[in-house]
Amino acid sequence: MWFMSQSSVLSYNYATMNQLFSIGPIVFMFLIPAVTMQTFAEEKQNRTLEFLTTKPLTDWQIISGKYLACLMLILMAIAPTIIYYISIVQLGSPKGNIDNGAVIGSYIGLYFLAAIFASIGMLMSSLTSNQIVAFILAAFGCFLMFWFFDFIGNLPVFFGNSDDLIKSLGIDYHYNNISQGRIDSRDVIYFLSMIGLFLWLTFVSLDRRKW
Amino acid sequence: MSIIVNNLTKIYDSQKAIDNISFEGKQGEIIGLLGPNGAGKTTTMKILTCFMPPSSGTASICGLDIRTQELEVKKKIGYLPEHNPLYGTMYVKEYLSFVSKIHKLKLSSAQINSLIERVGLEREQRKRISSLSKGFKQRVGLAQAIIHDPEILILDEPISGLDPNQLVDIRNLISELKKDKTIIFSSHILQEVESICDKVIILDKGKIVADDNIDGLERNMKDAIEYEVEFLNAISIDKLSTIASGINVKVSNHSRNIIKITSAADIREALFDLAVANNNKLIGLKSSGSNLENIFKSVTKDKEN
Repeated sequence: MWFMSQSSVLSYNYATMNQLFSIGPIVFMFLIPAVTMQTFAEEKQNRTLEFLTTKPLTDWQIISGKYLACLMLILMAIAPTIIYYISIVQLGSPKGNIDNGAVIGSYIGLYFLAAIFASIGMLMSSLTSNQIVAFILAAFGCFLMFWFFDFIGNLPVFFGNSDDLIKSLGIDYHYNNISQGRIDSRDVIYFLSMIGLFLWLTFVSLDRRKW
Repeated sequence: MSIIVNNLTKIYDSQKAIDNISFEGKQGEIIGLLGPNGAGKTTTMKILTCFMPPSSGTASICGLDIRTQELEVKKKIGYLPEHNPLYGTMYVKEYLSFVSKIHKLKLSSAQINSLIERVGLEREQRKRISSLSKGFKQRVGLAQAIIHDPEILILDEPISGLDPNQLVDIRNLISELKKDKTIIFSSHILQEVESICDKVIILDKGKIVADDNIDGLERNMKDAIEYEVEFLNAISIDKLSTIASGINVKVSNHSRNIIKITSAADIREALFDLAVANNNKLIGLKSSGSNLENIFKSVTKDKEN
């Protein structure tokens, strides 16, 4: 963000952080699968999953532990971007001229996005014992969830509201809402239920060993 | 009885990995689980440790059912899986304190040190697990299994790939642990099983083909004593067959007059007398007594033929 001329904070001339939040999904599409790819794939490869699951732990404890660990790591990855915020606040004219509501909303949106991507990544990781495969599946899954519904919704084949409905299944639709600083309960519910769905699927996938 | 296994069956796809097995184990007993590859040893252990449920049948550990009281059962069991999976990037002490946290134990570092001492890892305790040699990794695996002082210890091939000294150490450790625990132990090294196990269960193709203590097994297998006899000159099979009743005579090497005889009774004296009476000379006599290896061979091979 400092160096890319297109979106450099210093030469962009506007006191916004939109550049960060618009490249966020693309960066996360690769960063987060890289974080989550090892969660279960590595355990399977090393057979340590057998070690973990024969300890007095429930599968939910294992999944939530790993999920929270991923979220912490992602939080640490996002944290340094505060520097952008501080510099924009300092360089603004007049000083401090930035839409705080939009920035906070965008950060929340970005974190929700990361949280969904992490749950997709964990699901993919639990499906395979190869980390590379887990990475590719997760990146592809994130891509699908983010844009695919939007693409489909844009096809001119739908009647009435159905295209809106399809778009609203994708992450992009809700991410845009929150990024504008509008934290709507519908979007929050969407994010939480999607995370819940993918974690539940992870649980099912882990439970497959018992079938 | 701390372990009761009742008609346990596990079916993978269409193949029966274990087929209706039942056995029991009591405190202070070391049970050796033997069998050729793919006989169902590991599957049995995975079921007992609640890694996966059986297709049918029940098993209980210390009175707790493995299907309904999974979490309680897991607390009672120390398990060393096959291939000893460990987190290679962790350090020995870090790993052990991680495992103790999983068990919600509040171990002081002195307690962890005494555990490290017990399994003989003092010199390696500051190393990364991935840099340890196989024998030391095995000890870390064992330490991990006994950290919460479980009532049941399930060890899947704990001694494969160890050097002879390490073997003795691990064997001593296991015998030492046996006092207040029930230990199930699988191995390919039959001499080891013979020397430390109180009871032997032999599995073949998912079925139990023998379940007894070693003396009992040997008693049952008396007819399997095989003698390999070598004479200087040729001798007639008919004459050999008459020296005792119920024996089986087979020539195994014509040019050297080596004959294999299986018999329940001790025929060594009769063989010597026969040789003298026929002016022949007995130049070799080897009796492969009914040790565990023979028992193992006979119970697992017969089924194939």
